[in-house]
Amino acid sequence: MASLLRTLTGPIIANNPVTLQILGVCSALAVTTSLVTALTMSVALTVVLCLSTGIISLISKHIPPVIRLIVQIIIIASLVIVIDGLLRAFAFEISRQLSIFVGLIVTNCLVLGRAEAFAMRNPPLPSILDGLGNGLGYSAVLIIVGTIRELLGAGTLLGVTILTPASEGGWFEPLNLMQLAPSAFFIIGFLIWSIRARWSDQIEPPKYALKTRRDAR
Amino acid sequence: MMDLLLASIFQQNLALSFFLGVCTFLAVSERFDTAVGLGLALIVVQTITVPLNNLFLNGLLIEGAWGWAGLPEVDLTFLDLIAFIGVIAAMVQILEMTLDRFAPLLYRALGIYLPLITVNCAVLGGSLFMAERQYSFTESVTYGFGGGVGWALAIISFAAIRERLKYSDIPAGLQGLGAAFLVTGLMSLGFSAFAGVTP
Repeated sequence: MASLLRTLTGPIIANNPVTLQILGVCSALAVTTSLVTALTMSVALTVVLCLSTGIISLISKHIPPVIRLIVQIIIIASLVIVIDGLLRAFAFEISRQLSIFVGLIVTNCLVLGRAEAFAMRNPPLPSILDGLGNGLGYSAVLIIVGTIRELLGAGTLLGVTILTPASEGGWFEPLNLMQLAPSAFFIIGFLIWSIRARWSDQIEPPKYALKTRRDAR
Repeated sequence: MMDLLLASIFQQNLALSFFLGVCTFLAVSERFDTAVGLGLALIVVQTITVPLNNLFLNGLLIEGAWGWAGLPEVDLTFLDLIAFIGVIAAMVQILEMTLDRFAPLLYRALGIYLPLITVNCAVLGGSLFMAERQYSFTESVTYGFGGGVGWALAIISFAAIRERLKYSDIPAGLQGLGAAFLVTGLMSLGFSAFAGVTP
């Protein structure tokens, strides 16, 4: 039971897919210009991740190893088509803002990575929990980045005005840079820095350490 | 046409302004020569798959494509994802076999990077953008080539910066991934300055 719980909570901070495993970074950066799109994408990805790890781990014993990548991609692609269809039917405006990035869940390395690394050699229940945990870790990063970018870039959260911009009589001057591509890289970079300042075991040792004067002596 | 080529290389750079293929971008840029290999492989694959997917889309999937068979109202566009990824996977496989047979030197140079490209979202993203923006066949050739060149340019210059970064004194928490993100952000700022470039 304890190990099941660890599979679920581990990926949220200690083994976060985006900030430590470098999985699923592309979409994490692209859909975070506003909190609504970040939330939608998080839900879509978590659902796909849970279902695909579950299904793949159920049939993992019957997949011939040579064609396992193709089988996994087909399963994931079918799930993504369903989610894409649902979004278009019930949340068309958001689905248009997300543009191609819902479709790109197919090649999101997080989904394929968890299927390959965990679901192929574990029973269904832990696999689904692992999918859920990684989905939550991914969502946490998206929500943090989405909140910062929407709040500082437009002064709103979920479309509700929090900081009244100067053009409407308030004091707040929206930072247009927050809506552009570079800011996403910077925010995730600083997020990684702050996480590693707190959990110092995640720090990567320098590959080519500088020699200080004391070492030389 | 020149517009589209320049736009796809610089201001709409797949890696730096649409975040496509960033996972590979960060993971495979530790060394300069591997980055060059991957960049070249991506140009080749992108130039072949985007036009090929364009043919598939317009010949088989869009509404009315089956008119010649007496089925004018069949609309298979919802299958584009599976069709594109299938074409890409098959194309990469064929390319691998052809190179192995006729250009073994190049094949060995590209090594494991060819199969990795199947799951690179820059390739699928290029095809999806082509479908979303409804490019014609010649436009899709240009876009595929330009997108590939842009991505290769980005990863090669990034790898060059990272090689120098190895010897610099970075705060402990920023070591590795953190610094990589900040450098990419700066590069992305730099590329957005190309926005005014016109032929």
